[in-house]
Amino acid sequence: MTQFFAQWLPYDWAWGVATICGILLIALPLMLGVAMIIYVDRKIWAAMALRRGPNVVGPWGLLQSFADGLKVALQETIIPSAANKGLFLLAPIITFTVALMAWAVIPFNSGAILANINVGLLYVLAISSLGVYGTVIAGWSSNSKYPFFSAMRASAQMISYEVSIGFILICVVLWAKSFNMKDIVEAQHGAVSLAYWFPVLDGVPVLGWKINGFVANPLLFPMWVMFLISGMAETGRAPFDLTEAESELVAGYQTEYSSMAFALYWLGEYANVLLMCALNATLFWGGYLPPLDIPVLYLIPGFIWLLLKILFFFFIFSWVKATVPRYRYDQLMRLGWKVFLPVSLMFVVVVSGFLMWKGHFA
Amino acid sequence: MIQVIAFYLFAFMVIASGAFTILARNPVHSVLWLILAFFNAAGLMVLCGAEFIAMLLVIVYVGAVAVLFLFVVMMLDIDFAELRAGFMKNAPLGFVLAIVLLMELLLGVGAYKAGALKLGTASGAAATPAGVSNIEAIGALLYTRYLFLFEAAGVILLVAMIGAIVLTHRQRTGVRGQDIAKQIARKPSEATRNVKPGVGEGVQL
Repeated sequence: MTQFFAQWLPYDWAWGVATICGILLIALPLMLGVAMIIYVDRKIWAAMALRRGPNVVGPWGLLQSFADGLKVALQETIIPSAANKGLFLLAPIITFTVALMAWAVIPFNSGAILANINVGLLYVLAISSLGVYGTVIAGWSSNSKYPFFSAMRASAQMISYEVSIGFILICVVLWAKSFNMKDIVEAQHGAVSLAYWFPVLDGVPVLGWKINGFVANPLLFPMWVMFLISGMAETGRAPFDLTEAESELVAGYQTEYSSMAFALYWLGEYANVLLMCALNATLFWGGYLPPLDIPVLYLIPGFIWLLLKILFFFFIFSWVKATVPRYRYDQLMRLGWKVFLPVSLMFVVVVSGFLMWKGHFA
Repeated sequence: MIQVIAFYLFAFMVIASGAFTILARNPVHSVLWLILAFFNAAGLMVLCGAEFIAMLLVIVYVGAVAVLFLFVVMMLDIDFAELRAGFMKNAPLGFVLAIVLLMELLLGVGAYKAGALKLGTASGAAATPAGVSNIEAIGALLYTRYLFLFEAAGVILLVAMIGAIVLTHRQRTGVRGQDIAKQIARKPSEATRNVKPGVGEGVQL
């Protein structure tokens, strides 16, 4: 896109304009997607509870999220008198901004990536580690007991699960031999096939087909399961939504928030969930590649495949939210530190040993 | 052009947030300014072409260390008056430390200018050879030339970690701890009982 604008502008300006256009091209559809995915979440949740869900505003209730958005925009922003005003207003902005930032390195198609950087995966880790500040600052600046408890829980929870996510991602990086998100997706191109182990099957239909995605790899499949669960803990989704457990903490860190500040948390949370779905799709399920390495499937644009995968993972997130009861806090910590951490550490050793044995890095 | 703007923006923000870290009256604000300083320092490193170090700075310092700082500072009930009373007492020591750090910095720059160490290129750009990414370059150095030093650093960290656990861990008696294995092994059939009382009958609990 830079070349396109460089026809009329000096290079620096063209680069700037192209980058801003790229940001808008990602952020605006993403915001629309978040509004729609909130509706989808409520519909799925309602269907699992044998209810109808939102069905009044617009056809099939499709405009429900926009009506809600209009409602909060017209409400008054209430700032508690004892709150730390600046930080109180800064916290939702941090949450929302951070939720959007990590999308910069997600490859939407083989050429469609805003920042194709060498350290893409580390960038995602760095940005997701910032997410905790929105919650912690909100909890502290509210100057209220329940938000503060929530902030304490959030900081412990997010740090714990980031550790195991780091180890899981190392396994992926070892296999892909790169931190670049696009290279990781390309490394999954025909990554798994039975023909690799049984050369007889090469070219045979069904059994000989190659799968695009690390998830079909027996060594990485358990990593994906752990990544999915850790992702739920990292985004604070049910069954790990202890930071906003309404039976104990009212609404957790959001208790004192109203109006647009509350809406920013709402949007940020769903943007984070969509990001986790996109990471699942990109790192383990082949991203913009079709699920099977068959020429006819490549006729469908890569963006559509990525979207379908994101929607599939979002369904899993909603499904879990609707069916699994909330964890107890000590169980959450135990799962993170005593189950996921040792298992993922062991898998780093196993995967790197296996790859050295197969001469993967030679 | 953009690099120059970005450099001055980041550099100004680092210095400003560093100053506010020590000027802020509230310790929580201090930690938040410190986080901003870390973040902008990471931005400067990206400009130098050291993107790997920049990302590690954000992940380790902003994502883990500063969160723990914040956690501790928020939990502590700090008496601000007492803190400020100790300031003048420690000021000379702080001043000496600042001078030592400044001298070290000047020495480093001087040695670099004199060309005593072959760091970087003559123009001052990063030393990364073409075609080799940051991560590969650092990995190749750490795991070959500096392998033993690297391992030693790891062992020191491990010792520190075990030491922290040993110092804080105490065996308490009379605590009713949880038996996780027992909790997990419990089945719904042991925990619940299905009763169908007739109309007007009570239920034996």
